[in-house]
Amino acid sequence: MGKPEAVIVGVADAALKDGKVLTPMSVLQLQALVARDALADAGIPMREVDGLLTAGMWGVPGPGQLATVTLSEYLGIVPRFVDGTNIGGSAFEAHVAHAAMAIEAGRCEVALITYGSLQRSEASRNLAGRPSVLTMQYETPWGMPTPVGGYALAAMRHMHEFGTTSEHLAEIAVATRKWAALNPGATNRGPLSIDDVLKSPMISDPLHLLDACLVTDGGGAIVMTSAAHAKALGRKAVHVRGYGEAHTHWTIAAMPDLARLTAAEVAGRDAFAMAGIGHDAIDVVELYDSFTITVLLTLEALGFCKRGEGGAFVAGQRTAPGGPFPLNTNGGGLSYAHPGMYGIFLLIEAVRQLRGECGERQIKDAVTALVHGTGGTLSSGATCILSTR
Amino acid sequence: MYEKPLPVVDPESAPYWSALKDKRLILKYCRDCGRHHFYPRALCPHCHSDALEWSDARGTGSIYSFTIARRPAGPAFKADAPYVVAVIDLDEGARMLTNIVIDDVEAVRIGQRVAVHFDAVTDDITLPKFKLA
Repeated sequence: MGKPEAVIVGVADAALKDGKVLTPMSVLQLQALVARDALADAGIPMREVDGLLTAGMWGVPGPGQLATVTLSEYLGIVPRFVDGTNIGGSAFEAHVAHAAMAIEAGRCEVALITYGSLQRSEASRNLAGRPSVLTMQYETPWGMPTPVGGYALAAMRHMHEFGTTSEHLAEIAVATRKWAALNPGATNRGPLSIDDVLKSPMISDPLHLLDACLVTDGGGAIVMTSAAHAKALGRKAVHVRGYGEAHTHWTIAAMPDLARLTAAEVAGRDAFAMAGIGHDAIDVVELYDSFTITVLLTLEALGFCKRGEGGAFVAGQRTAPGGPFPLNTNGGGLSYAHPGMYGIFLLIEAVRQLRGECGERQIKDAVTALVHGTGGTLSSGATCILSTR
Repeated sequence: MYEKPLPVVDPESAPYWSALKDKRLILKYCRDCGRHHFYPRALCPHCHSDALEWSDARGTGSIYSFTIARRPAGPAFKADAPYVVAVIDLDEGARMLTNIVIDDVEAVRIGQRVAVHFDAVTDDITLPKFKLA
């Protein structure tokens, strides 16, 4: 038998109603329940989990400071491979990469990736900025609204350099809402027009309220193991063909170029090189959409279009259901859910698309998916290329 | 009583904030690669040299990007909204986040020339803000 090949074999997300979990619970309980569901999806018992990866904003200061340690204690497992990498909302794409490396190196056989947030139920979202210490002493005192302000600075610069318009950005919000309308689990499913987006209140020029993602709860889990193990279980395996990750800054003034997503350029380049495929081979794309501008910058950075041409690329509802470029097919952070660190849900949707489980929103014969998470304030990027063969 | 967040000054940043109190904007300058950087670091972020020294900035630059905060960054900034948060390219080549102090927030554009405006918000802390030049 040769070197093991890592695959994704189980996924689950917590049901939400009006952006909240169905019953009051703790953030550890939420992750345990969704981990149980993902393991059931994989057909693997919890006691076989020997790799644990998580990232979150819970329990800080306190037990969340050592998140994998607290979570493994709560779950009653003793992992021999752990990864608490926290690079923001893209952490989970990095976790898939790291778990794949660990499985292929024989450091664990069953890796569990979890995420939980109750920011909506607990009304714990903090928009007042980050504590004004260390690097943030040069940012927080000036009252930049976080996180929207950094994205607004990027959007303003992109508009200045390339002539991108608010209408271009609104195209993304509208197309994403059309996908949400096809997803019974999405939070916001009602009709949305470009005019609705443009007439929504300006929150941080040039970004409107409807350029911004939702604020919801969310729980998700992913189970990975070897292809041989998945085959023995009789489960449909999703292969991890390529991955990459990078980050450039956290304070927004240190972003190398506000109109260019350098982290995604590096991550995407590495992921495509590893997968050995071109853009034409991608059937479905799931990109982090904290804000509409995030999507536009990511499309350019990953090379789906040239720099500066993101606006034209998304115009005319090209990314909506029935269009030539299926994008954010669950309704995205803009309309499905956004619990603070959304990246795990991009992966879950991609896996479901590749397994053909998406009902009305299913991309026919989808074989290969690209997932890209963005974290911090356009700070980090992590790409995964997944396929069923 | 100033209620907005104040920088938590540390031993590394103390000279920077101390100079601002005297209405001087200072930057770290690298003797090896000849470039300035902001915020101040122990190693040059361009060439990683430790041959750094403080130097006085001219206090002039241009707007690289900006946003108009219609919704404040928390209750302490509520009375100021709408206000302008901008990233400035200083003429020395360093980039910093700041506010543009201006009555008509709609008049701000990328590329406009700006000059530093020292805002002594407390006895100890002076924030470098900018006005159109």
